[in-house]
Amino acid sequence: MNLSYTILIPLIPLVVFLLLGIFNKKIKPGISGYIGVLGLTASAILSFLAGYQYFFVNGKVDGIYQTFVQKTVWMKFTETLQIDMGVLVDPISIMMIIVVSIVSLMVHIYSRGYMKGDDGYTKFFAFLSLFSFSMFGLVLSTNLFQIYIFWELVGVSSYLLIGYYYTKPSAVAAAKKAFIVTRFADLGFLIGILIIGYYTGTYDFESLNNPEGNAIVNWASTSFMGLSVLTWALILIFMGGAGKSAMFPLHIWLPDAMEGPTPVSALIHAATMVVAGVYLVARLFPMYYFVEDGFALNIVAFVGAFSSLFAAIIAITQTDIKRVLAFSTMSQIGYMMLALGVSGYDGHEGVGYMASMFHLFTHAMFKALLFLCAGSVIHAVHSNYLKDMGGLRKYMPITNITFLIAALAIAGIPPFAGFWSKDEILVAAFEHNKLIYYVGVFVAGLTAFYMFRIYFGIFWGKETKYEQTPHESPISMTFPLIVLAFLSIVGGFIPFSEFITPDRAGFEAHLNYPLAAIAVTVGLIGIMLAWIFYKNENDLSDKFAKAFGSFYKWTYDKFYFDEIYLFVTKKILFKRVSAPIAKFDKKYVDGTMVGIGNTTVATSEKIKGIQSGRVQDYAFAFIAGVVVIALVFIYLWTN
Amino acid sequence: MIAGISIYEILSVTSILFFIGVYGFITRKNLISILISIELILNASVVNFVVINKYLYPDMLQGVLFSIFIIAVAAAETALAVSIIINLYRQINSVEVKDIETMKY
Repeated sequence: MNLSYTILIPLIPLVVFLLLGIFNKKIKPGISGYIGVLGLTASAILSFLAGYQYFFVNGKVDGIYQTFVQKTVWMKFTETLQIDMGVLVDPISIMMIIVVSIVSLMVHIYSRGYMKGDDGYTKFFAFLSLFSFSMFGLVLSTNLFQIYIFWELVGVSSYLLIGYYYTKPSAVAAAKKAFIVTRFADLGFLIGILIIGYYTGTYDFESLNNPEGNAIVNWASTSFMGLSVLTWALILIFMGGAGKSAMFPLHIWLPDAMEGPTPVSALIHAATMVVAGVYLVARLFPMYYFVEDGFALNIVAFVGAFSSLFAAIIAITQTDIKRVLAFSTMSQIGYMMLALGVSGYDGHEGVGYMASMFHLFTHAMFKALLFLCAGSVIHAVHSNYLKDMGGLRKYMPITNITFLIAALAIAGIPPFAGFWSKDEILVAAFEHNKLIYYVGVFVAGLTAFYMFRIYFGIFWGKETKYEQTPHESPISMTFPLIVLAFLSIVGGFIPFSEFITPDRAGFEAHLNYPLAAIAVTVGLIGIMLAWIFYKNENDLSDKFAKAFGSFYKWTYDKFYFDEIYLFVTKKILFKRVSAPIAKFDKKYVDGTMVGIGNTTVATSEKIKGIQSGRVQDYAFAFIAGVVVIALVFIYLWTN
Repeated sequence: MIAGISIYEILSVTSILFFIGVYGFITRKNLISILISIELILNASVVNFVVINKYLYPDMLQGVLFSIFIIAVAAAETALAVSIIINLYRQINSVEVKDIETMKY
């Protein structure tokens, strides 16, 4: 089967990026928007074509989805160890390109309205295209090194887009923070890659992921400090994934990244780039599962579960709607991670893996929708804060309805998309780890509560007096909302378990009615509480905040993690470690070199008087020397 | 070979001549005098060549030939030095050593 045209999917946005980037000032803003949308449309059509061909026409051989690879050798180190460039087509990469192309296309269309009149309109679309290129490249990578290259590229485009309003100091700081934190995490990723390359001698996903392959069979038993070397490598790789996916404790950059334009938050920090960590673990899932009975996978599960709970608690107290959504994203990604963590491999055991990918898909749709709705609201009221909003349902009917659909989807209310994927995750957790299951259910309730808190806060609640009457956004912005809302409704009916499973064979998924009923009940309780607290203006929420006292304050300040990191880096690392070292360097290392130079200069100043410039002095010295030497020789000779 | 005069006496004279030249070269402040001192050094060595040839190897002529060669080179050298000194005089109106120390350091 020929799927080599998938290479065009990343290349088209690259061409668009180069076009818009090089002819930045020469292209009229309106046209550059069209070029961006057109390029992405082409990519999206190719993605759908690839998806259709792969899943329905000829991807399956003997009931198992095959992996198709097209690659060329890029760098060759040894006979076995080489780095290829190419495209890899398998169920999750196809699923990801479909997600990325849908969300990216919607965001492109949305940005045409949202960014209208902005000075850097063309630049913005160029960056969006760069990001789309990197993300497509990331999901289609054939080996660890290629994925690392694109991993950094998405990091750079994220940096560029967060810092898009570069005249705003907070945006610049947020961009730097995002880049540095993820870069720090990627250090672990790189070390993990090097360990894998050193021991197994290959970077190819195909050979690494083969359960009977050389990598897993031969090297899993090589141990280092009590754990298999491969477990160490996988933990380090997960560190990279956790950095990109804003898992605790590397989550601090994500809330700040909301300084970027809202479409960027929707595309990068909700739907695509932040799930790259989940994708990475899923990509290496057989390794995670088979090496040392999934020790690394357990870490993934617990980090995911903790992040999910942690972020959900913080999200309740935040007042900036984009930050609520950011923490919600972190929480939902934690969900995906924990689903991967509790997954098995064969047949129905692989429900966690399937659920994780399913949730990734549905979450991309409804979270992008939530962000785009938030963007629409911010566009209308020119503020990010809940206190400036209220009663907007009368002014913005489409945004209201679509936001409600997305909120119901994320809260896990049937028949919206989030219900189906969340149910599968909870089933997987229930079967493998009860503790994680309880965390999952609790988080589901919290999710419903905070999501409806901002829903009621924005569209119902108090009647706010607006300086300018808010109005519904233009069609270019509402169209993506409607499309994504539609997908948020029907996305859950896709029979994911037939397409995406760890062993590629597919199985029949059944709704587990008792578990589903529990999850829905918890979600409804969350919504009810939000209804009571925030539907109409009242002081109930303030009273509760007071009742929780310092815990509320702690949560509001995000458990002071930013401050802790600042303390560790500034007070301890910079002041106690770096500053003395810098001082030592300046004083002693530099000092030695400067001292040598200065001594030389001073000595020559002193002795330059000897060089009188008079030939006679030199002649005298010369003759005196000759005489002395002659005397010495005569003395030696005569004895 | 000069009767009644041994080689030691002649060599003593040339040595004295040579060191007078060296002394003059070091102590004189005038370029012309320095030039004359150099000539003294050269002449001392020329006489040495001739005397040693005559006293030790009377049947050979290399020493004599060499002395003629040295006289020719000394003449050329003197001409060059005098022309430099004249040029210097035109530039700075002086032939004193202390006035041409600008090469110092």
